[in-house]
Amino acid sequence: MWLTRPFSERSTLIFLGVLLAALLLVTALHLAVPRGHPLHVTAYTVNLLGKYLSYALLAVAVDLVWGYLGILSLGHGAFFALGGYAMGMYLMRQIGDRGVYGHPELPDFMVFLNWDSLPWYWLGFDMAGFALLMVLLAPGALALVFGFLAFRSRVTGVYLSIITQALTFALMLAFFRNEMGFGGNNGLTDFRDILGFSLRSDATRLGLFLATGVALALGYVLCRAIVASKLGRVCVATRDAEARTRFLGYRVERVQLFVFVVSAMLAGVAGALYVPQVGIINPSEFSPIFSIEIVLWVALGGRATLYGAVIGALLVNYAKTVFTGVMPDAWLFALGALFVLVTVFLPRGVAGLLGYRVKRLKRRRQDEEDTPTAGREATA
Amino acid sequence: MRNFPLPWPAAVRASAGGVAGHPGRGLVMLLSLLTLWLLGGAVQAQTPTPETAADATAIQLLEALDVSSYAEKGEAIEAIVRSDDERARDWLSALLDGRLQRTDEGRFVVVLDNIGRHWPVADALSGEPLGEMSRRELDRIGINNALRNQLRSAIAVVDLYSADLALRRASAERLLGEVDADLAGPLSELIEQESDARVRERLALALAIHRLEQGELAAIDHLDGSLHPRARVALSRAAAGADDELASAARSALNDIEQKLKLNRAAETLYFGLSLGSVLVLAAIGLAITFGVMGVINMAHGELIMLGAYTTWAMQQLLPGQPGLALILAVPAGFLVAALAGIAIERGVIQFLKGRPLETLLATFGVSLILQQLVRTVISPLNRTVVTPEWMSGSLVVNDALSLTLNRMVVLGFALVVFAGLMLIMRRTRLGLEVRAVTQNRAMARSMGIRATRVDILTFALGSGVAGLAGVALSQLTNVGPNLGQNYIIDSFMVVVFGGVGNLWGTLVAGLSLGVINQVLEPWAGAVLAKIIVLVFIILFIQKRPRGLFPQKGRAAEG
Repeated sequence: MWLTRPFSERSTLIFLGVLLAALLLVTALHLAVPRGHPLHVTAYTVNLLGKYLSYALLAVAVDLVWGYLGILSLGHGAFFALGGYAMGMYLMRQIGDRGVYGHPELPDFMVFLNWDSLPWYWLGFDMAGFALLMVLLAPGALALVFGFLAFRSRVTGVYLSIITQALTFALMLAFFRNEMGFGGNNGLTDFRDILGFSLRSDATRLGLFLATGVALALGYVLCRAIVASKLGRVCVATRDAEARTRFLGYRVERVQLFVFVVSAMLAGVAGALYVPQVGIINPSEFSPIFSIEIVLWVALGGRATLYGAVIGALLVNYAKTVFTGVMPDAWLFALGALFVLVTVFLPRGVAGLLGYRVKRLKRRRQDEEDTPTAGREATA
Repeated sequence: MRNFPLPWPAAVRASAGGVAGHPGRGLVMLLSLLTLWLLGGAVQAQTPTPETAADATAIQLLEALDVSSYAEKGEAIEAIVRSDDERARDWLSALLDGRLQRTDEGRFVVVLDNIGRHWPVADALSGEPLGEMSRRELDRIGINNALRNQLRSAIAVVDLYSADLALRRASAERLLGEVDADLAGPLSELIEQESDARVRERLALALAIHRLEQGELAAIDHLDGSLHPRARVALSRAAAGADDELASAARSALNDIEQKLKLNRAAETLYFGLSLGSVLVLAAIGLAITFGVMGVINMAHGELIMLGAYTTWAMQQLLPGQPGLALILAVPAGFLVAALAGIAIERGVIQFLKGRPLETLLATFGVSLILQQLVRTVISPLNRTVVTPEWMSGSLVVNDALSLTLNRMVVLGFALVVFAGLMLIMRRTRLGLEVRAVTQNRAMARSMGIRATRVDILTFALGSGVAGLAGVALSQLTNVGPNLGQNYIIDSFMVVVFGGVGNLWGTLVAGLSLGVINQVLEPWAGAVLAKIIVLVFIILFIQKRPRGLFPQKGRAAEG
């Protein structure tokens, strides 16, 4: 059974073990250690860690397409944001008549815009089940349409990167418009409850943190399973030599489309977990710079390892929190320098530094030098 | 003259006042005449400056107003109108409001504010404020209703008698739709005397509007085809009027005008589209070289544009008061600064990532972040103002419905010149030949003795330098700030990809057509939606033709 195969891999077990230990440790330190004690983990920190974990899930999604399929998506922020907006719409509907204007059905910003009734695409979002479905379907559908068009016409490499960037840019402009019905510039915010639990209570925050951790574990196992399956090997073959794989009789565009859609859905889930923990979703999540930052997390952690993506996401975001708190001006310098240093000096990322699979990498590099064309595509 | 403000005007007034009859002031008059004679001698002894001569005439003109006969006052007003004195307008409007007054000393003043007992006044000749004066010290120069009408017309036309062409033009412009029966007469005379064709045309149009308002059918012929809004207002009024013949003629004239307006609007959209397109071409053409020719994705391209714009700003700071010279010097300077930055990027980052386009993309994105933050930290996170030199501001008025802003036209021309220059370099120089050779087959070119690394550096410097030129041009159109480049990078990539990578002509066509498409969509979709539509269009277009409008043919395309 392909889904259980990851559990026989050492790296997956180590990853899951570390993740589980971390989740339990944070929970224990938050609940059992009294407040004020130096080892106590505050609700704020739990919330922050939950945010990092949702980023980590997003990074895993990007690594799946970039590391194993060779598609550098500069628009994964769009899928993340769509998932986030689906969750945000559910949370908006949960506010009910507790908004500033006290309207029983319409969110505040619609009352403010003098709208009479909910637009059709807001219907059903009062039901958690429907909203969760949309968290998967909205990014999935966009990825399906976009991927179908792109892969069918064999748009790959930098061209694909650039049009994914254009896609998220266009969506950002669209969501900035008030007429779209998603709160325009301000986005969706002022959430109160999720599934009946108050978002402001510490217990809910811990719950969301743990849920994100579980989602990350599941997402990781799913990606690992895909990668380790026969499909995964076709993916790697596509990445390394697309034309050759095609000539071998594989329908490359179908493989690409399937993996791309799965990745988009994972990104959507990450967004949905991100929004209740941050308390706001606005069009800035669509900005191209955010999408390209995700790619940096993966590059820093190490491509085509999945756990590297998680490490990268946690490292960069922790650094971001520290930097923006201490010296905000320096953050962009540091981020820019990271981009340059990682790509020039650390092409295998932190995972490469860890010394894992060093031998295999060496062997692959040998292959690349033998076949220059294939090698170019492999690293691309 | 201002050193002796008291005796001389008083004397003049006394001599003129004798006619009007102020019998109790005989002695004063005599003394004053004496003073006048003495002073006049003194003035003649010095060389009279033009200002004093002008003042002397001015005083005579004003003296003529202070008579009891309204008929004579009318003539005096006429004289002022024809006098070509630049203060005439102020005097006449002050006279109309009853603010042109005379002090007991005979001095002409303009009352600035006639509330209360003490009024602030200013000298009618020099315009200098003279402090407050009691109303008892002042005599008003009275007018009647007939004079009021005459004054109103006179104020309208006073500038038409001026020797200053700009004043005449402005005045003629104001008259459109404001002509009444009193003005019609003098206007017809003025048209005959007027030397400037434009003023003549304006006056004729103003008269025609007046004649149409009077119900004259022949006037419609003159208004037919005029694009001025006033002419349209007059025509639509006539079209709605009771006179059937006039109404139908007016309607057909309105139709003609509507057609012409549509054409002009289309021309304007095209102009704005081409202007936007030229900006896109400028921003993208450097990218077309580095991306298209070298296969290198430079995400810091936008920041090189920004550097060019900041160079313009810096040049203007270095040469205060000479924005035009600074702008011209900024063209080579911007090219150099951006080219040097480009070489630094190529040597420092890109050369290590040869053959790994996606990594190059990420690394140069990092460079772009660093450059942005550098500008924010070193200069300022706020926008800087770049001055537009005089010869670039203003607009070229084609007709009443169409005027083309000069700065956009200069940028459009600049874009075409830059494009032509690049084409020349690529087609006619040794460097261009080598660049094309390396693009087509790097290994083969190297074996033929071309130093590929040197070609890489020069190509990248050229592409970056052109980005700097784009920045210099953009500084004239948009705000210069740290985010300037970011706003153009995605658009530039779209242009290059749309036009076909590695094809400069494709970039030109793609840039201009995207600009025009955007402007055509904007009126009915709004600016943001138009941009979204264009982006979606390109995304779909790439699916249909992955290699752009003008794909490269042959083996080079397989890379």
